[in-house]
Amino acid sequence: MQVAIIKYNAGNLFSVDYALRRLGVEPVITSDKELLLKADKIIFPGVGEAETTMNHLRANGLDLFIKDLKQPVLGICLGMQLMCRHSEEGDTDCLGIFDTDVCRFLPKKHEDKVPHMGWNTIGQTCSPLFRGFGKEEFVYFVHSYYVPVNVHTAAVTDYILPFSAALHKDNFYATQFHPEKSGKVGERILSNFLNL
Amino acid sequence: MLAKRIIPCLDIKDGQTVKGTNFVNLREAGDPVELGKMYSEQGADELVYLDITASHEGRKTFTDLVRRIAAEINIPFTVGGGIGELADVDRLLNAGADKVSVNSAAIRNPQLVNDIAKHFGSQVCVVAIDARQTPQGWKCYLNGGRLETDRYLMDWAKEVNDRGAGEILFTSMDHDGVKNGYANAALAELSESLTIPVIASGGAGKKEHFRDAFLEGKADAALAASVFHFGEIPIPELKAYLRSEGINIR
Repeated sequence: MQVAIIKYNAGNLFSVDYALRRLGVEPVITSDKELLLKADKIIFPGVGEAETTMNHLRANGLDLFIKDLKQPVLGICLGMQLMCRHSEEGDTDCLGIFDTDVCRFLPKKHEDKVPHMGWNTIGQTCSPLFRGFGKEEFVYFVHSYYVPVNVHTAAVTDYILPFSAALHKDNFYATQFHPEKSGKVGERILSNFLNL
Repeated sequence: MLAKRIIPCLDIKDGQTVKGTNFVNLREAGDPVELGKMYSEQGADELVYLDITASHEGRKTFTDLVRRIAAEINIPFTVGGGIGELADVDRLLNAGADKVSVNSAAIRNPQLVNDIAKHFGSQVCVVAIDARQTPQGWKCYLNGGRLETDRYLMDWAKEVNDRGAGEILFTSMDHDGVKNGYANAALAELSESLTIPVIASGGAGKKEHFRDAFLEGKADAALAASVFHFGEIPIPELKAYLRSEGINIR
């Protein structure tokens, strides 16, 4: 199986690369469209800022390209947010794969610190990504913007308010949390994606 | 609900784990990658690796070590020690670290905090503060506690919060190595005045100390070293205890 990680100006593509290697997969990290099209599975990771990243994707013609992919695609963190319609971060128009917008967390009380950083539980899971999950499991989050619960929501986490911890629509999968940093639970999610 | 985090800290010298008591008298405590893996399997929520070698040679060794850690460990880890400029941050993140911790360099050049946040995001930037109680209040120290500065803990913490730090790692030098509990009053004051998470450091000797750091100190995470390295408090036992005390733990 060939797995490709979309290379762009985002930080920390290595974590995903390492995580896949621990699962016995040797991914290619590339922005070459031909190589990406040949891959069986594609991962769209992301640590960074929405506007800068979208500008970079557009400049390289990757925006429309990602939207048209037919193989299973997994967006992670900023990757997931960029797959939505619009982000409040930098008032940025995004890819529009998921018909929903990205909002900034607004703390309701002092304990609501932003970014939402650390381990939190995912529930109401309904996606093949979470096959075999019997109860709420902890995964690792780091983010200041969130996707509200919507028709594509595939898992819910509660922080300040219930929000989408994962999304799923057709061949597009996405997690707000970092499966590559979520210990054994994260490994199960990545394995489930690879086995789709 | 967001879980309180337990963070083992590994001090690294020449590629090996060491732990100081009150910042001196280093004792060896094993291979950093193996230790990290063991902690991860036992349920540690994050790891911190602090490079206490200052030499150029040591820095290269540490970067190689960061690469090995990133390849083998499936939970987030922070690296610190000897970070003086943006290029150091870039080097360590490129080696696979999730976050960097800056201390002395931030006090000498506070703009570094803004620069890290701008270039790599706030979530990457942990500001470590070593402080000690003086008649004038909590004062910040540099160089592993050898040099007193004119900065006060609360003011400095608020400043770096505003400059874009993602977390504060507060070590009380009065409590560190003494194993008599964390500096809970100062922690609570920090936690209540900041909008970013606070990691408690210095003073863990018993399981109850972690509970107190979370309940009294209102810390978001608690860091410890020797109690973990020497098996005095096994992490699974600690987490079971904290759960039984009603604290939300992974």
